[in-house]
Amino acid sequence: MTDTRTQPETTRAPLAARLARIADSDLWWSFKNSKSAVGAAAVLAFVTVTAFLAPVLAPQNPYDLAALELWNAELPPVWMQGGQMPFVLGTDVQGRDILSGILYGTRISIFIGIASVAVSLAIGLLAGLAAGYYGGWIDNVLMRIGDVLLSIPIILAAILVSSVAQALLPPELREAGIAAVLVLAIALYSWVQYARVVRAQTMVERRKEYVQASRLVGTPGRRLMLKHILPNTLTPVFVAATLNFGLAILIEATLSFLGVGMPPNQPSLGTLIRVGNQYLFSGSWWIVLFPSVQLCILVVAVNMLGDWLRDALNPKLR
Amino acid sequence: MMQINDPILTVDRVSKRFDVSAPWLNRVLEGKPRLLVNAVNEVSFTIARGSCFSIVGESGCGKSTVARLVTGLYATSGGDIRFGRGAEGRPVRVQMIFQDPHSSLNPRWRIGDIIAEPIREMKLRRDEAETTSRVEELLQTVGLAADDARKFPHEFSGGQRQRISIARALACEPELLVCDEPTSALDVSVQAQILNLMRRLQQELGLTYLFISHDLSVVRHMSDMIAVMYLGRIVEMAPVESLFNQPLHPYSQLLLNTIPDIHAPKRARCVDNGEPPSPLNPPSGCAFHPRCALATDACREAVPPLRDLSDGHKAACLLAG
Repeated sequence: MTDTRTQPETTRAPLAARLARIADSDLWWSFKNSKSAVGAAAVLAFVTVTAFLAPVLAPQNPYDLAALELWNAELPPVWMQGGQMPFVLGTDVQGRDILSGILYGTRISIFIGIASVAVSLAIGLLAGLAAGYYGGWIDNVLMRIGDVLLSIPIILAAILVSSVAQALLPPELREAGIAAVLVLAIALYSWVQYARVVRAQTMVERRKEYVQASRLVGTPGRRLMLKHILPNTLTPVFVAATLNFGLAILIEATLSFLGVGMPPNQPSLGTLIRVGNQYLFSGSWWIVLFPSVQLCILVVAVNMLGDWLRDALNPKLR
Repeated sequence: MMQINDPILTVDRVSKRFDVSAPWLNRVLEGKPRLLVNAVNEVSFTIARGSCFSIVGESGCGKSTVARLVTGLYATSGGDIRFGRGAEGRPVRVQMIFQDPHSSLNPRWRIGDIIAEPIREMKLRRDEAETTSRVEELLQTVGLAADDARKFPHEFSGGQRQRISIARALACEPELLVCDEPTSALDVSVQAQILNLMRRLQQELGLTYLFISHDLSVVRHMSDMIAVMYLGRIVEMAPVESLFNQPLHPYSQLLLNTIPDIHAPKRARCVDNGEPPSPLNPPSGCAFHPRCALATDACREAVPPLRDLSDGHKAACLLAG
């Protein structure tokens, strides 16, 4: 939207006033008073910050094959017999530092989670708005497409999409394109949820009198949808988006674990778990355990935050 | 017949049907027929410039549908709606004040933006500075403070919100304001404030009102002409004092009987004779005959036309006059 009239003088509040409004809101009060929400947010912030500071924090660059030394292979964590610094959590069979792998892998997992939520939100909001606002055949077509997509098990659908896309991509794009394909595969499935939520809310909002009042002065449908209806449908969407962020990370990990996700030279948490799984029975448990714990912490924190948000935004539970 | 010079609005035999049938698949599978509701049936009236024309009736009689037909929110199924000349030769501008002050303001917009929306949408001011000063002027016109523009709708009471709603309607300098039960969601003491505000604005700005209400005492305070609607038709139309002094249609008499009168408590009145029939299945002939004590066989057969019975006083009753 480049329409300058949509950012009128009266809506612009100074940053300090905005922060004061947030600090004064019910949501912030509920957040402060929920131990699980504050805890989950702190854990999530810690995991995210360490992941994005990986190039600074990690003892090793796991993508740099030249930095790997084979005599460092399969070292146990430092507190065990044979462990050595700087490989705090041990190394894998190629001499790759597990901690560095986790930090870089978490970064990829979070990136794929955010990107797939963003893409599916974009599709879902537009589809839901159009279906709820116009109704009729547009509604029918969009929602039936959604029903069909939801009737296919997500893992199968994602495997199908990512393997077909990887086969179709030219070899030089394959490496770079995998993350994008994964994002699309996950988004293709999860937009339906947002579309359903937004559609239902749009059907309620578009009958309200403020929409009629705006229509009376000749506001075109597109602006009615984006400026009036959409902001009033977003509350349940935020909850769904938070929970889906955790789900997207899990789906990506599952796909990587099954071998259709991120390749071993660009490992996500799922790839690390898959690689490590092969050495579990040879006694090198640390290769698989630590990435799994990280994945678990990340998803549990996201889900706890999502659960809190769902309760905090539910007017019936106040 | 009283001829109105310079009418601002002429509604000519306007009808509105709503399709309330089950979805197509259910109709096919379960053999259900199409269901049409005749919400408004051949309604005609004219509104003189600068006057207040009221439509009263029970809920479901089609009065809000008439309001939405006039504003253009609904398309007519039949008949004509013609507007008179607007100011400066442009078409008449129609705006609406809604019933529910809680759903008529977008909860996520600031008051300033809500009131400025018509100005921005219709490009009535050249720049933001002029728009802002116009918004402040409008807020003061309806009795609010200029810096209320920064607040959100939830910070206001029902009466204040209705003032904001009026300010928004005035923003595009309309000639005709359609008021759909503007006071029925308010406390009685606040109702009077809003009605007085509306009367003052009518005098200052030369507004014309189409006023929809179920509350006869409110209507008496506001109107010049009253139309009584029953099941989608106008059954009586008269200047306000004429209708209150001498209601001709039995339904109008019933409505007037329902008004409590502090000076004549426990007066003899007959208010208990059934409820309106379903518009899906209207009675034959005069729609009021199942509730009418005077009904004859003729009433059950033909729909009585709206007849002029005395100077400008029309009623649709075979027995009146």
